[in-house]
Amino acid sequence: MKQRLMMSGNEAIALGAYEAGVAVGAGYPGTPSTEILESLTGYQGVYTEWSVNEKTALEVGLGTALAGARSLVTMKHVGLNVAADPLFTSVYTGVKGGLVVVNADDPDMHSSQNEQDNRHYARAAKLPMLEPADSEEARRFTSLAFDISERFDTPVILRSTTRISHSRSPVSPSGERRPRADTPRFERNLKKYVMIPAHARARHRAVEERLLALAEYAETFTENRIEPGRGGFGIITSGVAYEYVREVFPDAPILKLGLVWPLPGKLIVRFAAEHETLYVVEELDPFLETEIKAMGIKARGKDFLPRTGEFSPGLLRRAFQAEGKTDASAEGLRSSLRLPPRPPTLCPGCPHRTVFKILGRLGVTVSGDIGCYTLGVLPPFQAMDTCVEMGGSVGLAQGIEIAEGIDGAGETEGAGRTAAVIGDSTFAHSGLTGLVNAAYNGRRILIIVLDNSTTAMTGMQPNPFSGERIDGKPAPAVDYRTLAAAVGLADGDVAIVDAYKPKEVEEAIERFLSARRLSLLVVKGPCIIWKRKRERTTDKRG
Amino acid sequence: MQSTGQEKIWNILMAGVGGQGIILASDVLAAAALAAGFDAKKSEIHGMSQRGGSVTSHVRFGRTVHSPVIEEGCADVLLSLELMETLRWLPFTHAGTGLIVSTEKILPANVAEYPAGIEEEIRTLAPRARFLDPAALAEKIGDKKYVNVALCGVLADILELPETAWRRAIDAHVPGGTADANWRAFCIGRDLSSSCPGPGVSSR
Repeated sequence: MKQRLMMSGNEAIALGAYEAGVAVGAGYPGTPSTEILESLTGYQGVYTEWSVNEKTALEVGLGTALAGARSLVTMKHVGLNVAADPLFTSVYTGVKGGLVVVNADDPDMHSSQNEQDNRHYARAAKLPMLEPADSEEARRFTSLAFDISERFDTPVILRSTTRISHSRSPVSPSGERRPRADTPRFERNLKKYVMIPAHARARHRAVEERLLALAEYAETFTENRIEPGRGGFGIITSGVAYEYVREVFPDAPILKLGLVWPLPGKLIVRFAAEHETLYVVEELDPFLETEIKAMGIKARGKDFLPRTGEFSPGLLRRAFQAEGKTDASAEGLRSSLRLPPRPPTLCPGCPHRTVFKILGRLGVTVSGDIGCYTLGVLPPFQAMDTCVEMGGSVGLAQGIEIAEGIDGAGETEGAGRTAAVIGDSTFAHSGLTGLVNAAYNGRRILIIVLDNSTTAMTGMQPNPFSGERIDGKPAPAVDYRTLAAAVGLADGDVAIVDAYKPKEVEEAIERFLSARRLSLLVVKGPCIIWKRKRERTTDKRG
Repeated sequence: MQSTGQEKIWNILMAGVGGQGIILASDVLAAAALAAGFDAKKSEIHGMSQRGGSVTSHVRFGRTVHSPVIEEGCADVLLSLELMETLRWLPFTHAGTGLIVSTEKILPANVAEYPAGIEEEIRTLAPRARFLDPAALAEKIGDKKYVNVALCGVLADILELPETAWRRAIDAHVPGGTADANWRAFCIGRDLSSSCPGPGVSSR
């Protein structure tokens, strides 16, 4: 019997990449994608890095691919927004070594600020997208994605969702690693790699031709399969939704799509012709459904299935029960007692609670950012007024300051006390450009960096401010003071204080707010979970 | 999840609070099911929920498992590491579900007083629920670190997985050097089950 290991979808993606002979893995941490790169780091002979953000990660991956080696780039769904710029044009340049971008969507927003359906990126950027339904498929599809990437000279997106990334199911490792063809070497190809308009026009035509070839390939691609069955209706589905459908309809005919872009039009038409009624079961947007309807096929889906949140067997059973297609779902026990909710909270011992206490008391407008500290919005603090995207706090604070008329329009009562609150990893990711913008345009906001020595929200990853790389090796840490000076801040507008000295923190915040100059306050206090973990590792080593 | 005959799929829901160690306990269970030759799936949510929020882990095993999550009203066992969380996840259970409930009480943030009448409510709705005092269990084991593995032992009595499968799963998942201590804890949990009236489980 083949060896079977329980693996998360994320671990299986890393294994699949390793087996495919991946040379480089780059990414930025983001739930639910983080563990892919952490897992890949454990394999011999693969270079991995936490890049400063997803855009840089994709550039590193594309460079690797152009030089002829295979690379895996990982990120959560909103990370692909950051990386969208290189993504769209990488489809024009094509690759030499395989380039697989793993994108993890988060239906139900377990740990995200929005619920975007990134299948749209495959259509918009014109590249193939694979979608596995369990861990074994995650392993196999990753390997396939590299082959498709090289065969069609295109980057490929592997789309996961939280339920795929964070569920565990048996995986059978191939036990082999694909050898590297030859020594990677970048070879000049100006018309393909230098996207000036004259070159890009020709490349766009090549992209359109490639898409047609991929659509043809999709018709016979073995991971697009019809599972025959019985019943008066057929179902087209993909990803984890396939597993839910199978749970509710063990015997129904299903067209399961492994490649969700481009679609196998002929295969879909053939399947649809066999069934009186056709359902499309997909989480979030009617992506497949819209395309299928555009083929002139009658199909149903989002007229009775939700566009928000995750699906589950129970949800599908209830929806299809109303359609008269299944029996009633099981009745669970219910208590009439009202329970207090148990939402996540800032850790009781978190060193950064102090800042939120102070900001709450001062009543300043606080633009927040992405990280554990976003929980500063919840009681007892409620000391955060905005949270949009990575690094957004720094830019938003500037817009608020401008609109409130401080700049040039005189000082209005209560206005102008605006602070941006951002974590160290987020600041490195995309807060730095905001800082440069503030200095360049003469803003007078206070930027508070909550430095906890790690990227805590996603499970303790090092970052450019923490002086360590993904494999634990030392790295130069960005120096806040030098950075601020280089941007143009005066010495007196920068302070680095100890989070455990609340008096000093408060004094600094008040001083900077009343000075009404662009200022940078770094509050340093290591994450307590990270510290405990560190101490345990040191104990073991000692 | 409507299963018949040999196609029985076991559904075990573990519930608790972020940081209580649900992930290790469910990893051990899923690995034991796999070692016993079953197909198995397990699902939980990481990220935000780690920060002291309410958490669950779904474990399913049988000949072929499709969904990684359990359907409401279909859990064979609900193992709850925190008293109030038992009620929160009760809609996943039915009258025949085996309930193993730790009497540990963890106050949610910003709640001054633990709600009254929880244990009584569980007893009324699920008369065969078994309550376990984690402090007493820890004392019996000699170390509270191993309580969750002992709770796997309590589960073991219901699930009929071979002992060798459990041993292999424990060896593979607990920190190095603690396998024997964890195995002893597991056995204490398992023997606890057979020595006192166990929770009822729907027949296969």
